[in-house]
Amino acid sequence: MSMPFYASAEQIMRDRSEFARKGIARGRGVVVVTYADGVLFVAENASSALHKVSEIYDRIAFAGVGKYNEYENLRVAGIRLADLRGYSYDRRDVTARALANAYAQTLGTIFTEQQKPYEVEICVAEVGEGPEDDQLYRLSYDGTIVDEPNYLVMGGQVDALTTEVRRTFTPGLQLREALGVAVAALGSVGGTDGQPRSLPASQIEVAVLDRTRVKRRFKRIAGPALTELLPPQHGEPAAEPAPADTPPHDRENGEKPPSQN
Amino acid sequence: MSIERTGGLGGVHGLLGYATSPGSSSFTEFLAAAAPDLLPRGDGGGALVPHGTTIVAATFDGGVAMAGDRRATAGNLIAQRDIEKVFASDDYTLIGIAGAAGLAIEIVRLYQVELEHYEKIEGTQLTLDGKANRLATMIRGNLGQALQGLAVVPLFAGFDADAADAGGAGRIYSFDVAGGRYPEQYYHSVGSGSLFARGALKKLWRTDLDRAGVIRVVVESLYDAADDDSATGGPDLTRGIYPIVMLATAEGTSRVADDELDTVVRAILADRESRPGA
Repeated sequence: MSMPFYASAEQIMRDRSEFARKGIARGRGVVVVTYADGVLFVAENASSALHKVSEIYDRIAFAGVGKYNEYENLRVAGIRLADLRGYSYDRRDVTARALANAYAQTLGTIFTEQQKPYEVEICVAEVGEGPEDDQLYRLSYDGTIVDEPNYLVMGGQVDALTTEVRRTFTPGLQLREALGVAVAALGSVGGTDGQPRSLPASQIEVAVLDRTRVKRRFKRIAGPALTELLPPQHGEPAAEPAPADTPPHDRENGEKPPSQN
Repeated sequence: MSIERTGGLGGVHGLLGYATSPGSSSFTEFLAAAAPDLLPRGDGGGALVPHGTTIVAATFDGGVAMAGDRRATAGNLIAQRDIEKVFASDDYTLIGIAGAAGLAIEIVRLYQVELEHYEKIEGTQLTLDGKANRLATMIRGNLGQALQGLAVVPLFAGFDADAADAGGAGRIYSFDVAGGRYPEQYYHSVGSGSLFARGALKKLWRTDLDRAGVIRVVVESLYDAADDDSATGGPDLTRGIYPIVMLATAEGTSRVADDELDTVVRAILADRESRPGA
């Protein structure tokens, strides 16, 4: 008779956390900052079809980093939940707080009950009537929920990114300035020899929750409108455009996938 | 179903279920699985429940206009004088409904969520034909209630963003209770007063109508419908109740303001005064 394998709960949780954290760290970052008219999302993402940032409801948006299929599942579930709530009650009864709670419980359940935790970190943001009513929630792979006051940073090299945003962010910035803060922060990591990278419009995904819009406050900013808002290029151009999904586990960051031909 | 525990209204297992089941991009299909008791339904009642009456739609250079009178009737009584029966279903489409008012408004609400839900999940809008087909499916789902006297007959119109010529991009679709979907040319009308409205449209509609022209035409055809159909309400100047007129153009959907309609209605009345036989 074989001896049952024993691992302490502490060890299991630590292993799972480490696994999830490693997965998330291999992707590029997302910066979410509040600005005068709402909330700005900037993701380093070269794909214009596979989004990291998405609309959930009238005043609520979502951003995710990590495994694409996992945060995409959560995004769709969030839209379903929000639409169901709005249809059952009223559009104004759909809140980021309720959605963030549902996400936290879902991620917590997955983390404890399933073999593999979700390798994702997500942000649920709601734009209010005034800047003091804006809400940002950060949800981690284990269901940890944090209510951030002004900005939040997720994804790879999160410590360096957070330090950079903390250094340059001030509340009440205009859109152009806030975008400058977020793009400079994303460009400050990942360059060769610590040099800042320059991120053109084609390598970032930008969206806002703009309180001055009516009904659906979410808007993507892309193409010429984005290029016009971006600060003039500085530093070396980004070498490797970041994909929407993280590379597989058996591949180190930056290693090329096998050639197709 | 207990709303507190399941149905996805915050329940843990609800959201987890939605997150891990692929499902489709249709909100109606999702609702049927997650909370079927929230689907629009009625258990008969025939003529006793309020019914909406006449809706007209007409194309013009640059889009399409839809208008509805404001009356709802229950048998021989006027149930409501200022009901709204024409809605924007999304940025480029309009929906007007005749038939059992309560059920119809529920179907419109569900349809609005359906279009927005698809757009958010897929990141792109349905084509205009896709939207019309989706509506036909929902009307077909209501066939059981229709046979119990709760028929809902929509009129659907929209600006076709895929059209080669923006001037002729206004489209109109009519439906039958069994879910049949019929593209209409130029103009169409549904509801109890539709015979008279269509007769008026036949004489009033022209190919070269502009925005002001089409507003006058749809309001005047509703005036004619109200003239001969007791269930259709005419413009009520004493109470300031005007028909609802909405437009779908390349700029999106918009509702014509009451001030503008007041001018149009007074012009029609002055015109009719000069021709008492009309």
